[in-house]
Amino acid sequence: MRICCPYCGDRDLREFVYLGDAAPKRPDPNAPDALEQFTAYVYQRDNTAGAHRDFWYHAAGCHAWLVVTRNTLTHDILAVESAKEVRHETAGR
Amino acid sequence: MSALQPFRLPSGGLIDRSRMLRFRFDGDEATGFAGDTLASALLAKGTRIVGRSFKYHRPRGILSAGSEEPNALVELRSDARREPNTKATTIELYEGLEARSQNRWPSLKFDVLAINSLLSPIFVAGFYYKTFMWPSSCWEKLYEPIIRRAAGLGRAAGASDPDRYEHAYAFCDVLVIGAGPAGLAAALVAACSGARVIICDEDFCFGGRLLAERRDMGGTPGHVWTRRVVDELTSLPDVRVMPRTTVFGVYDGGTYGALERVADHLPAPLPYQPRQRLWKIVAKRAVLATGAIERPIVFGGNDRPGIMLASAIRSYINRFAVVPGGRIAIFTNTDDGWHTAFDLAKVGIKVPAIIDSRPAVSPQLAAQASRATRILTGSQVVATKGRNALRAVTVRTPHGTKEIEVDSLGVSGGWDPAVHLCCHRGGRPVWNDAIAAFVPGSLSKGLMVAGAANGMLTLAACLFEGVRVGAEATQAAGFTAKSIDLPKAEDEASAATPLWHVTRSKGKVTRSKGKAFVDFQNDVTADDVALAEREGFRSVEHLKRYTTLGMATDQGKTANVNGLAIVAASTGRSVAETGTTIFRPPYTPVAIGALAGPHRGEGFRPARLTPSHAWAEEQNAVFVETGLWLRAQYFPRTGDRDWLEIVNREVRSVRSAVGFCDVSTLGKIDVQGPDAALFLDRLYINNWSTLAVGKARYGAMLREDGFVMDDGTTSRLSDDRFFMTTTTANAAKVFQHMEFCHQVLWPELDVQFVSVTDQWAQYSVAGPRARDVLAGIVDARFDISNEAFPYLAAAELAALGGIPARVFRISFSGELAYEIAVPARFGDALARTLMEVGARFGIAPYGTETLGVMRIEKGHVAGNEIDGRTTARDLGLAKLMSTRKDYIGRIMSNRSALLDPDRPTLTGFKPADKSARLRAGAHFVPVDGPASADNDQGVMTSVAFSPTLGHWIGLGLLTSGPERIGGRVRAVDPVRNNDVEVEICAPCFVDPQGERLRG
Repeated sequence: MRICCPYCGDRDLREFVYLGDAAPKRPDPNAPDALEQFTAYVYQRDNTAGAHRDFWYHAAGCHAWLVVTRNTLTHDILAVESAKEVRHETAGR
Repeated sequence: MSALQPFRLPSGGLIDRSRMLRFRFDGDEATGFAGDTLASALLAKGTRIVGRSFKYHRPRGILSAGSEEPNALVELRSDARREPNTKATTIELYEGLEARSQNRWPSLKFDVLAINSLLSPIFVAGFYYKTFMWPSSCWEKLYEPIIRRAAGLGRAAGASDPDRYEHAYAFCDVLVIGAGPAGLAAALVAACSGARVIICDEDFCFGGRLLAERRDMGGTPGHVWTRRVVDELTSLPDVRVMPRTTVFGVYDGGTYGALERVADHLPAPLPYQPRQRLWKIVAKRAVLATGAIERPIVFGGNDRPGIMLASAIRSYINRFAVVPGGRIAIFTNTDDGWHTAFDLAKVGIKVPAIIDSRPAVSPQLAAQASRATRILTGSQVVATKGRNALRAVTVRTPHGTKEIEVDSLGVSGGWDPAVHLCCHRGGRPVWNDAIAAFVPGSLSKGLMVAGAANGMLTLAACLFEGVRVGAEATQAAGFTAKSIDLPKAEDEASAATPLWHVTRSKGKVTRSKGKAFVDFQNDVTADDVALAEREGFRSVEHLKRYTTLGMATDQGKTANVNGLAIVAASTGRSVAETGTTIFRPPYTPVAIGALAGPHRGEGFRPARLTPSHAWAEEQNAVFVETGLWLRAQYFPRTGDRDWLEIVNREVRSVRSAVGFCDVSTLGKIDVQGPDAALFLDRLYINNWSTLAVGKARYGAMLREDGFVMDDGTTSRLSDDRFFMTTTTANAAKVFQHMEFCHQVLWPELDVQFVSVTDQWAQYSVAGPRARDVLAGIVDARFDISNEAFPYLAAAELAALGGIPARVFRISFSGELAYEIAVPARFGDALARTLMEVGARFGIAPYGTETLGVMRIEKGHVAGNEIDGRTTARDLGLAKLMSTRKDYIGRIMSNRSALLDPDRPTLTGFKPADKSARLRAGAHFVPVDGPASADNDQGVMTSVAFSPTLGHWIGLGLLTSGPERIGGRVRAVDPVRNNDVEVEICAPCFVDPQGERLRG
């Protein structure tokens, strides 16, 4: 498997560390139901068949956290984005 | 024909007759030529039996001329280099080669366990499952050893592999897998168009079937054309030509695994040469030109030595100039089988009969056969005779049964495209009625198929398709495909009507006699397949597992399609409806050594050495692995009886005078920026914004689920700069976590950080005389008196005469202590200077054992306690948890279950009987209760013999521990049979008020 890091280019899987689902967003710790929200954030994960976005860390490269969109059925990598950029874009919306 | 090689033709072949090679098979000396395989050399010698079969111990000969071989498996080489189950058909002959037959006792020709063959009515599919069921106590002791001894293949060497293996990486635009006509044509197009090309073939000689056939290509023989193409490819700069290289697997993202047999054709690898090289090839496009594999026909006695694939006979005649016998009949259902008869006639070998199961063949084909050959159409071989090798075949013709004396039989059941690599990423082959075989179905991205692998079974079609697919791959890789000149080749006759199985029940007509093998390597017969079907194993996946069809090391290359067809016939379905199992990597077996590559022994993982490692070695340090690091565990001196004595001495010297310890392995992170303090506030449970410049503080961080992740001290060097430390083990993990927090959670924070673990050498100097020692290290202009530099002070200063240094007054041992850091290149000098300067204060180096003893005496938590299941409250760190800010893990750490007052909490333990030894891992139970799981109240996490107190002490997690101080429990360790009554105490055994460290 290969991941095209937006900073370093096309690289072998062994340079990366997998974390998991990129969908959950850290909830507002001051929300009245913060505990419930955090429980979901820490433990609830969808087991997607198809396109799935996960976090990968380019540990043996530029140390960037990436959001990789991957088809869990075909292993095709559909998109690779910098997590920082994704976060800025979401914040802008 | 010489006496040594009676079956070698006097001329012809692609062997080098000027280079004779000697070899031994089962101890007998023999000769062959350069260019031979072990199989061709054995055939030249006249060897018929090469091995005994897996289950029935039946004599077996050579079936094929390639990597699909199921029968001719031998043990190659000797001693530590002995390699079992090696295919004689793929072993390139070399001078001095030694091989032995396997699975026979006492000898190949007479094998005691051949009696299994007579018992065969009971050795049916599922025999072991049905028979060796009760009593279960016999499974491991009795049944398995007996079965393993009786059934089997070769013996493993049992010694460490003396050879080296390499891993290598390559990148290309077009990878061509297989160097037959289609592969060569594809590679030539891609290479001439300027693409970077890699072309691999498992054979030591390129050409594929062109080497085995007498084909004319525009006026030159096929092998000459091959050589020209290979020469042209080799001359191009961006082409890598890789013979002896099997592409064994297709992986995600256009990655291909290949095994290059660098030195397997030599008696032993040359100095500094690896035996094999495992390649990871990344290709924009790959052209699969793996050809096709001829399949046998299933009939009674079809495994007798002397029965071979018809195409293999052509390989042996035309490539190796060897004939497998003197009277060779052909049993075929294809036109292709007839070509073997024609080629045999050309070299003067008698072909008594061509037995074709089809009722009629084309007159043009029949006209080419020799007049001495009987042509029996609509006929089938129903039985074979011969004790150790073939002597005669019984043929059922429309006009009755005939027996024909032969010493060999060429069998041609049609061709199966080698679709294996198409399946590796989930593709399923599809049935093609026109050629009665599976062809590639959906293909994974970037993979294309050309030639026989795609069901194009004639030479002209292979060349045409090779060029077409090669051009397509070239275009897809971003190049403009150029046209190339192709030699003219005619399409040979290739009609076929499948005959899967010569069945037994034909009314009064002679029945097929004897076992009819489907899978030769696993000894699976047509009856086994039929029985499995009757017992309900109708799905091909069930059938495969129940009968073991196709589960041998050859993955059923010559067996699967016949097996499927037999099931299809008995269930009244078509083969297409029956479906197929798919193939997994590797295409052919790959040695574990090659997969491991250089990652063995010391190369398994790198060792990280601290800057003063050489100095510690000079001090006779004993080292311990902590992660990748090697750390000094203790420093033995002459006369020391055991490690405990050494550690006691080291502890006493720190507590009474001064000692120093290398702590360079701690993770060190330089955190800078206007938001550095805010960032740390969010990472840690405690506050950093309130930390004054020039001060150090202990901190702990949680994971988001509320459990403790790591701890360490961090110092504030300036308003916007912190020097943070982590534990040795978690350094990489914490850094990664910080990157996550910064990039994903709070990218708005203006903070930067970098790991400086390798940049600083750091030593802890501890003991009542620590300040005296340090005064001799730090440059005199800096005041390190207790007033100017109190407990938890931190400063950037200079030492060793102008070397930049950092000093932190922090203590893990509980003594007056400092940690001093210098740039890594001065670490060795600092260690030596500490010894020199400290000599008059009685300094001694200490290792990780002493570090551990002193931290247990002080009740500091370490990895034993921070095990991912403990909260800050469990570890007595509740007072650090800030209530004025949010931090990672805060919300989840307040889950009700984690606030339960009954949770096991950090507590200290002393044995009631002071001479008793404590054991880490012991469980706490009430003094008067049974030692049962119901009574479990926690676990002892760390123990040490305290030389300061003169008895064993322990730290542990005990239910409601802090409220039970003064009480007693038992520490029970059933594993080491230890049951000790212990006194519960506060988790600090030395200087609880902390007077020493402030002194």
